[in-house]
Amino acid sequence: MSSSLIKVENLTLQFKTDEGLITAVDNVSFEVAPGEIMGLVGESGSGKSVTAKSLMQLNPGNAVYSPESRITLTTDGEDFDVLSLKTDRDLKVVRGGAVSMIFQEPMASFAPAITIGDQMVEQLLLHSDMNKKQARDHSIEMLERVGISDAPTRFGQYAFEFSGGMRQRAMIAMALSTKPKLLIADEPTTALDVTIQAQVIDLMKDLVAEFGMGILFITHDLGVIAQTADNVSVMYLGKLIETGSVRQVIRDPAHPYTQGLLHAIPKLEQLDVPLTPVPGDIPSPLDRPPGCVFHTRCSQMIEGRCDADIPTPTTLSEGHVASCFVAQYGPGGVAEASA
Amino acid sequence: MNEETPLISAKGLSVHFGLGRKLFGEQKVVRAVENISLDIPKGSFFGLVGESGSGKTTFGRAILQAAPITNGSIAYNDGEVDYNIASLDKSDLKDYRKRAQLIFQDPYAALSPRMTVRDIIAEPLEVMGLTASRKETDKRVREMAAKCRLNLEHLRRFPHAFSGGQRQRISIARALVCQPKFLVADESVAALDVSIQADILNLLKSLTEEMGITFLFISHDLSVVAHICDHVAVMYLGRLVETAPTRELFAAPRHPYTKALLSAIPSLDPDYRGQAQKLEGEIPSPTNPPPGCKFQTRCPHAIDICRSEEPMLSQLGFEHDVACHRWEELFEDQAPAIVSAQVPEARPVPEPVPVPKPEPEPAAEEEPMAPKVLANELARLRRKTRIAITVSIIALLALPFACAL
Repeated sequence: MSSSLIKVENLTLQFKTDEGLITAVDNVSFEVAPGEIMGLVGESGSGKSVTAKSLMQLNPGNAVYSPESRITLTTDGEDFDVLSLKTDRDLKVVRGGAVSMIFQEPMASFAPAITIGDQMVEQLLLHSDMNKKQARDHSIEMLERVGISDAPTRFGQYAFEFSGGMRQRAMIAMALSTKPKLLIADEPTTALDVTIQAQVIDLMKDLVAEFGMGILFITHDLGVIAQTADNVSVMYLGKLIETGSVRQVIRDPAHPYTQGLLHAIPKLEQLDVPLTPVPGDIPSPLDRPPGCVFHTRCSQMIEGRCDADIPTPTTLSEGHVASCFVAQYGPGGVAEASA
Repeated sequence: MNEETPLISAKGLSVHFGLGRKLFGEQKVVRAVENISLDIPKGSFFGLVGESGSGKTTFGRAILQAAPITNGSIAYNDGEVDYNIASLDKSDLKDYRKRAQLIFQDPYAALSPRMTVRDIIAEPLEVMGLTASRKETDKRVREMAAKCRLNLEHLRRFPHAFSGGQRQRISIARALVCQPKFLVADESVAALDVSIQADILNLLKSLTEEMGITFLFISHDLSVVAHICDHVAVMYLGRLVETAPTRELFAAPRHPYTKALLSAIPSLDPDYRGQAQKLEGEIPSPTNPPPGCKFQTRCPHAIDICRSEEPMLSQLGFEHDVACHRWEELFEDQAPAIVSAQVPEARPVPEPVPVPKPEPEPAAEEEPMAPKVLANELARLRRKTRIAITVSIIALLALPFACAL
């Protein structure tokens, strides 16, 4: 167990709402090792952000974790059961301690009326035993480290004075200043231009190499995943439908949804091939389809099987796991475990 | 297509925004769009690409007469009417609004949460008075909704019940219901998931072909543009840096910026990591653009002439223009005759200033402007009633005194 940094087992998360219990995450298991970039891919509504937030217990009060859910954080040789931590004081091990998070929209994550520097210092004072002077010096050093020029001046400026790419850099600097073991990056490059996105991705890869931390990289862009991640998990409607190394998943996708996602990406090399969307929309979590959650949009759906039984995760090759009858038994899907 | 007059023909178009007013000294100006000449042929699917801050949205809005045009002219000619957009009078503008429509980026913000889908799609028809009766409006709405593959039973629902892709289809239906000739789509698929994005792109493409609409597709995503557009223009810091037919642009990009944009697209090949040519730095502030070529601060090939002189747009082949001093050296494979097409205008603006983003236009103008007008009207009415009530209360209070006197 000590080999992994964070281990998520059988995470099931429901939200109590007026319309009843909504299942947001359904029996999800994965782990992130130190120095590993783990990509979590899925459409909006697939539950990837909610999964990430449960690692820090940031979900709202109406979230209900099932009793089998277990999140184990290993830091400095000690194991913590994250979901059993109740008070804010206990959670300090996680929040601002071993885990940091960067968000999608940096403008919305910084307080607009407090300088960037003050925000960085504030969290250092809360989460470390630095004094104000040390915190200030450390913050400026971090800003320089992420490639912000003229850091002492920038330190005293407000978020609106930063450009989009710079805000995201400042966000990364802030998240890393407490030296976390695990960085959760929730769509960190989605709001950025491609040229800036390339810079931020490079920066994050450098930092992983330098600090040796694990990153949970959440995105809907498989291109970004291909460029950053070591391992990939694909989520759909709260379920992990495929996991594997980045080469396995992108070169040889087993699940029809992953295949569909890859086909839907416009590719510059194949301008003549028409774009093939994944038909239909993601169903509402209020009426989750029975059987395989993807069968309503699947082109290879097997009648009487995919819409009735829930596929179990099957190992296709070393480290490559998919939950799909077609991937398991071949196109017919009914042939009993002959393969 | 070439002999025909283009639907939109911009000549030396500039859009400047003044920044605050100073008692003394020169007013600071953001040159959001500077001296752009561009033809959009009839029936084409025209792509406009650039980073945020490059002025592409402002250009799109200027064509729709939704941003103030400082200099230059835009001619609109769809065979029926011939307008100069920069100087439209009120009735012509009203007519132009029927012919040119806009689809917004964020389908979550563009639809009123208090209107049913039917009302949203019907609003342009009602505002512009295009239908004679409610029955006819309903018919047009249902036709358009069906074309955009919306479930007709859903017309009575409110937007919150729909997913992003469905909402974008509602926005498209609203833009198309008055049968425009020209459509501007501003980052219309940027907020959607890839699986849905392809669906919306295919829908747009088939609808424009079916209805004969000319399309200006504004996007920052070159791979999307490559798939859907037949002609592409690349903008940087308010300038046009390269324009060419899609195939040619992607096969042989000439401008270093275009090349950098192309190579920044994350490759799907996990083994192709980090080999792309990376662009350093960020787009400079439009209030304080660098002298000479606007791209020189980030260009790996910049030399002295780039820092002092702004390059002209040179024609280097069939419909392929590029604004770069060194494109010939950088691509020695072919060297067609250079015909200068545009007069350069080097105007260095001194003193660095903080960075307001280049689209400080007044609140986004909702398409046919009706909701805004209505809101103003309401506010005025409310103000009037408030005054009336105050006056009557004072009168009532004063009455006993008057009697006593």
